[in-house]
Amino acid sequence: MLDIATPPLLDVSHVNQSFAKSSGEQGAPILQDVSLSLRSGEIVALLGRSGCGKSTLLRLISGLTRPTAGKVTLDGKLVQGPAKETAMVFQSFALFPWLSVLDNVEIGLRAIGVSADQTRQRALKAIDTIGLDGFENAYPKELSGGMRQRVGFARALVVQPKLLLMDEPFSALDVLTAETLRTDLLDLWHEKRLGIQSILMVTHNIEEAVLMCDRILVLASNPGRIAAEIANPLPHPRDRLDPEFRNLVEKIYALMTQRPEPKPLQSAAASGLNFGMALPRVSTNSIAGMIEEIHASPYNGQADLPHLADSLQLEIDDLFPIGEMLQVLKLAEFADADIKLAPLGVKFAEMDVDQRKKTMGEQLLANVPLAAHIKRVLDERPSHRAPAVRFREELEDFMSEDYAERTLRSIITLGRYGELFSYDEDAQTFSYENPA
Amino acid sequence: MSRINAFAAFGRRALPNQWDLVAFAGVIAILAAVARAYHGIAAPLPPVDQSGVSLDYWELPYYALRTTLRMFAALFFSLIFTFTYATLAAKSRRWEMVLIPLLDILQSVPILGFLSFTVTFFLGLFPGNVLGAECAAVFAIFTSQAWNMAFSFYQSLRTVPKDLNEVARGFRFTGWQKFWQLEAPYAMPGLIWNTMMSMSGGWFFVVASEAITVGDTTITLPGVGSFIAKANDAGDWAAVGMAVLTMAVVILAYDQLLFRPVVAWAAKFRVELSASQDVESSWVLNLLTRTRWVRGLAHPAFEALRALSLLPIGGRPSSRSRTFASPRASRVLDIVWFGVVGAVAVYAIYSVVAYVGTELGWSDVGRVAVLSSYTLARVVVLMALASLVWVPISVWIGLNPRWAERVQPVAQFLAAFPVNLLFGAAVSLVLTFHLNPDIWLSVLIVFGTQWYIVFNTIGGAAAFPNDLREAAKNFHIRGWGWWRDVIIPGVAPYYLTGAITASGGSWNASIVAEWVKWKDQTVAAHGVGAYIAQATDKGDFPRIVLGVAMMSLFVTLFNRLFWRRLYAYAERRFTL
Repeated sequence: MLDIATPPLLDVSHVNQSFAKSSGEQGAPILQDVSLSLRSGEIVALLGRSGCGKSTLLRLISGLTRPTAGKVTLDGKLVQGPAKETAMVFQSFALFPWLSVLDNVEIGLRAIGVSADQTRQRALKAIDTIGLDGFENAYPKELSGGMRQRVGFARALVVQPKLLLMDEPFSALDVLTAETLRTDLLDLWHEKRLGIQSILMVTHNIEEAVLMCDRILVLASNPGRIAAEIANPLPHPRDRLDPEFRNLVEKIYALMTQRPEPKPLQSAAASGLNFGMALPRVSTNSIAGMIEEIHASPYNGQADLPHLADSLQLEIDDLFPIGEMLQVLKLAEFADADIKLAPLGVKFAEMDVDQRKKTMGEQLLANVPLAAHIKRVLDERPSHRAPAVRFREELEDFMSEDYAERTLRSIITLGRYGELFSYDEDAQTFSYENPA
Repeated sequence: MSRINAFAAFGRRALPNQWDLVAFAGVIAILAAVARAYHGIAAPLPPVDQSGVSLDYWELPYYALRTTLRMFAALFFSLIFTFTYATLAAKSRRWEMVLIPLLDILQSVPILGFLSFTVTFFLGLFPGNVLGAECAAVFAIFTSQAWNMAFSFYQSLRTVPKDLNEVARGFRFTGWQKFWQLEAPYAMPGLIWNTMMSMSGGWFFVVASEAITVGDTTITLPGVGSFIAKANDAGDWAAVGMAVLTMAVVILAYDQLLFRPVVAWAAKFRVELSASQDVESSWVLNLLTRTRWVRGLAHPAFEALRALSLLPIGGRPSSRSRTFASPRASRVLDIVWFGVVGAVAVYAIYSVVAYVGTELGWSDVGRVAVLSSYTLARVVVLMALASLVWVPISVWIGLNPRWAERVQPVAQFLAAFPVNLLFGAAVSLVLTFHLNPDIWLSVLIVFGTQWYIVFNTIGGAAAFPNDLREAAKNFHIRGWGWWRDVIIPGVAPYYLTGAITASGGSWNASIVAEWVKWKDQTVAAHGVGAYIAQATDKGDFPRIVLGVAMMSLFVTLFNRLFWRRLYAYAERRFTL
């Protein structure tokens, strides 16, 4: 069916994107050497965790932003500005709250000067297709999330794009609503009633990607790059309980928990520090809770990630950071699609609070270079105080400002729990002083 | 009632309904009033000796109308200013660096001090015609309204949600389309709130600017303000009372007929996830939406406006490029730009200094600085007293929902009421009882502005979370501890919002409050306000400039060093 000779609908070639520092200089990379192409007739997922640059990539393709290097070609034309061949569906719905459903759907056509009559006709048709009849006069805030996202779909489809871009379109919806919308959209797609050639969707939900997409591009973070490409030949309609479906999900879990190959960091290596380690923001309670959960039955020390995510109702953006933190602290480690407690993790599960705090402190000093660094600086200074800005600046040499801030926040939380140091939010300083 | 319904049901399509009748009557009345007032505005200036204002009570409605029209004319210009100035500041980084600090300064400048200049300027523009004086009055009100509106609009433009912005760009809205479809609607709730605040403040200035003497030039424009001035000259208590009553009716009417409907209508522009619990309603808006003919007539107008807002004016958006190629070229442009701006500023300061320096020396500067510190002391002490009195009362009211509901509109009304109407009468008391003007005139400074503290604090107390109140009760937190640890941090951001507005208003009020006339007597306190007022009366421009400049300096420093830091602290620590 697919003719290789026809040019792809979308071609992204060797695209780089960097953060702009507040000084206006080029900052840390968000995307590094990303290439992909999309053919007519396929649904493709960009799967990755938060902060891997998948939304940025979507915005580059839509023409909302321009890459620092590389090029995006859509339907044979170089993308240089917001392209009329694409339309976007947003996670937050992004509806104009002061416009009714009908006006929201019409606005894209009115803006490009389509006549009022034709606009009305096309808008009503789109509203009909997407199942919004009867809601034409409602305002977005009167609608449920599911209905709002339907407006988002109608608004995008009415301008008849060739490529529909979706930025986590179902992740702000509850489980039941999201599933209804997914299947409705797939039905319309297979009945060829959407009038579009291809869909590119960003998601962090592995099952969603396997359920909907013909091809899944897995992105890795810091900097964002395509780590793997997985074809999904399962026939529609797909069944989540089908063993083949489960296999594919497991395979992707395993791919996404692979430890990234250690990056060579010259300056860091020279100073004996590894600041390149960006820490996720994880609460100490969820660390302890996760260890207890894995330790208890039915897992008894080793848990299957998809199963764990399902039973705890955790998205991978919640689950993976906890798992990674456990891995960094040498309390547990990933093994394919499983997470397995280390011997220390098993002990941790049986400790009381004071022992846990002590263990946390020790593990931080031994395994997180930043924690050891902060403690060393505090020890060296006669005042035993150090401003946070000092460490933030050091971190920003290795990662973006956002990552640096997050890492610092994370080390403050963990360090407080492990009683390594205290932190004064008002003065933004680390010290050893705790209220006596 | 049933008969009316039956009548309405008859010929549902074409016939106007009963609501149309009411709405039409209202519209015709407004048109007639505007026409009548227009004839007055175009008239030649009456000779100085026979000012056009009489103490005839039957003229009061007409005076009130003229005063109100001045307000709306100023509002119109304020909106135009807001849309252009704030948009330019929000869209251009270089203009932003100049316009926003400038706006900040303009906000702190005592507007009343400028009256003398603008009156002279506009009278020169339209010699021998009332229009010049009208322009001067309108300009004075404009300067009291425009800054905070522009500021609010600028801040809204800077905080347009990223996703909505992407929708607009993705659909390739032109600059014009994006402004009217996204930016202006998004800014609407903030702008309307600030417009209301501006209108409230404006009544004070319209009253002050209608009857003003600059040197040999005396202007009396027909209006409630000049009526009061005349009543003060005559020492006529009854006339003062009637004017106060008229003003109360006018403020009530504008609130009910204009602002309530606008606020109720603008509720739809709020960007929020769910329909809010308390919905603003307005009987006027309800009436208008129930009409048939009025709606029918308005529909084409709205459609035309919509088509206008969708005209493809301006370019389609391009990708926001992130090229880091030439930060150097940009930096050079920055330097040139700042060079030009700096040169203009230095020249402006030089001309002011040169002008003031022709007549005044350093000793005058020192004297004005001392007078300014008197006024500063007055503002600080009175604000502290007003807070001590009103914060506990407001908190108590705010925590009782039934009372809060009733008292808050009253406080808002009192904040809008131009208390300078009462200054003459208040001074007569000072005279009768031989009171010390330095103390008792001070009271007038916060007379009108304390209500900002009251209604903001009530709002804060009413919004205080119930579970925190219950927790405080549960752990037996009482007395001073309750105030210190529970409620004061809870209402602090709200109180400060009110206090900052009140403080700014108080400086302005000092110009009319420190130097007041009643009959043929004048009572003056020591302060920079009295200094400016006296200089204005004599038409002594160098002294006015010096006084205004010094007061602006004090206000700006006071805001920067005190209020802004306090507010930032409260926002960081106490925002729930």
